Amino acid sequence: MQAVGNEKHKRFVKTKPYEEGNLMAREGKSEQMFQTWLTGNGVKFVDQEAEKAYRERVTRIIDAIRLEKVPDRVPVCPVTGLFAAYYSGITVQDLMYDYDKAAAAFKKYVFDFAPDAYVGMFLDPPGRFFEILDYRLYQWPGHGVPANFSYQCLEDEYMKADEYDALIQDPTDFWLRVYLPRVFGTLKPLEKLAPLTDVMEIVMTCGSFIPFGLPDVQAAFKAILEAGSEAVRWAGVAVAVDQEIQGKGFPAFFGGASKAPFDILGDTLRGTHGIMLDMYRQPEKLLRAMEVLTPLAIRMGASQAKAAGNPLVFMPLHKGADGFLSDQQFKTFYWPTLQKVILGLIEEGLVPFLFAEGGYNTRLEIIRDLPRGKTVWLFDHTDMARAKEILGDIACIAGNVPISLLTLGTAQEVKDYCRQLINTAGKGGGFILCNGAVIDDVPPENLHALIDSAREFGIYA
Amino acid sequence: MEREKMTELAKALMELNEQKVYQLVGEKLNNGVSPLDILAECNEGMAGVGDLFSQGQYFLSQMLFAAEIFKNVMKQLEAVLPQAQESTGKNKVVIGTVKGDIHDIGKNIVVSLLRGSGFEVIDLGVDVPAEKFVAALQESGAKVLGLSALLNFTYPEMKNVVQAVTDAGLRDQVTIIIGGAPCNEQVRQFAGADYYAEDAVTGVNICKKVYA
Repeated sequence: MQAVGNEKHKRFVKTKPYEEGNLMAREGKSEQMFQTWLTGNGVKFVDQEAEKAYRERVTRIIDAIRLEKVPDRVPVCPVTGLFAAYYSGITVQDLMYDYDKAAAAFKKYVFDFAPDAYVGMFLDPPGRFFEILDYRLYQWPGHGVPANFSYQCLEDEYMKADEYDALIQDPTDFWLRVYLPRVFGTLKPLEKLAPLTDVMEIVMTCGSFIPFGLPDVQAAFKAILEAGSEAVRWAGVAVAVDQEIQGKGFPAFFGGASKAPFDILGDTLRGTHGIMLDMYRQPEKLLRAMEVLTPLAIRMGASQAKAAGNPLVFMPLHKGADGFLSDQQFKTFYWPTLQKVILGLIEEGLVPFLFAEGGYNTRLEIIRDLPRGKTVWLFDHTDMARAKEILGDIACIAGNVPISLLTLGTAQEVKDYCRQLINTAGKGGGFILCNGAVIDDVPPENLHALIDSAREFGIYA
Repeated sequence: MEREKMTELAKALMELNEQKVYQLVGEKLNNGVSPLDILAECNEGMAGVGDLFSQGQYFLSQMLFAAEIFKNVMKQLEAVLPQAQESTGKNKVVIGTVKGDIHDIGKNIVVSLLRGSGFEVIDLGVDVPAEKFVAALQESGAKVLGLSALLNFTYPEMKNVVQAVTDAGLRDQVTIIIGGAPCNEQVRQFAGADYYAEDAVTGVNICKKVYA
């Protein structure tokens, strides 16, 4: 009877989603992705020394991620944004418009600072491309902000409160015929397109193509072609920069990017204000929409990272931070679909890199619910001693060197902070030394201090 | 304010019971209750929201929702509010997001809470140049200046505004508070501001202290 009782009890023990399914397949994919990254995925190394340095750096990061063995030393990978421009003495406008200048600036940054991994040109998007499309979602140098300032998002309700049904029914159609026409002035005529799923048989096809014949729609498509050419031109430079930097032994930090479904909706569709009200006024629709976006978020991160041959998927987290949502709201609205995206990416052999902006002090216990050694959590204002204690056996943690200190402090103060941080968060591996918020305009000596700290204080005996 | 002593309307607002708030306001207007009295009850409710935030029970989401409900009530009342009740004798605060930064969600919450606490707020919006802050201070005679920022790019600009206030000879009369994600004590010192407010309620409490 006892045994039966136990069996009965067992049936009610909740199996964690990641303990189900094909564990072997997942581990195999993960191993393969790490191997691809480690071998350089077709990178032409300038010499054997560069190849060796590349592998040492990647190995150091992989060891920190997997939590299986302690790396040779703490990896240091600054998450830089526009720093290359300030360091090279060019404007942010130059960085976004003059691709050759941008390429030179990025190379100069990496070669002068020698980080364990670098963030490439993807945080430096091409200005001309956005000009062609008359991008309304952001302001950038020459378009609303001064030449030497960062691009900035213009929050608005680009998706209206009553449009959830349309999004849920057909997200791609919503993006094509509603969202794109609103965020790109030039693409406004796409509103006139017919749903492409109407195209079926000989008698149910031609009508759907009528909008393509309208002069303003055709003008919009001409702009799309032009923007595409510009994107190809920019990407060509970005890829060449990556090849050259990696050929000299420096791995890229990230292979792809994705977002939490709550942030996809809250950042650029409904806006902060809109999504906060939706939690009260139409919670069911919000939850349903996030479910619909979840597989798309997985696909986005997975396709990019696999193409790049680098398993790390950068995921900036915004509206789940301390202070934004109550615990209950975080557990109900933010975490479930984020967790699904994370697990979906892990299933593909990838490593979600959660860039947890703001504080995550009240979320640590909740986000622990993940498989061990499969994620990196970069924190900004989070208490790193607690993060290590609560999350240390589950995930590699990173970050926390304050942007205010890097901007306003002295090099010595930066080093003192890093030493303390390495002593607490770096104990026993599972730690990457990083800044807490993206580095733009900071004194170069402070960034040197950050990188030198890993070498001076981060060697594991 | 203890919950038991709150009016039904104040409590409904504090508890974010949206439909009930609109319904009660409508009933009161129909029953001839003075719009100023209704406003006073709502202010009490907003103060309750601020208290819950201070106690760690409310967060940004609740603040935004409360502000939204309050805004809709104001729309209901505006049609019937007596004109020119503005300005006279109210404590004034000048606030804005500094030049180069266009973010305003945090600032707008502070503005809602300040208005809910009975302050007259001169909200200059976003991307505000130093001279505009100075002009608004001179014009209004406000004793408090709030500078908001989200980007760390703005540290020099916050310092610049403080300097402009000093150059205009107003520094002794004006308390300057900075707030926003990249602000902390180190940034306050750098900018030369008087206070750094960790959150919206802290900022409002500093304003109250200045005018106490």
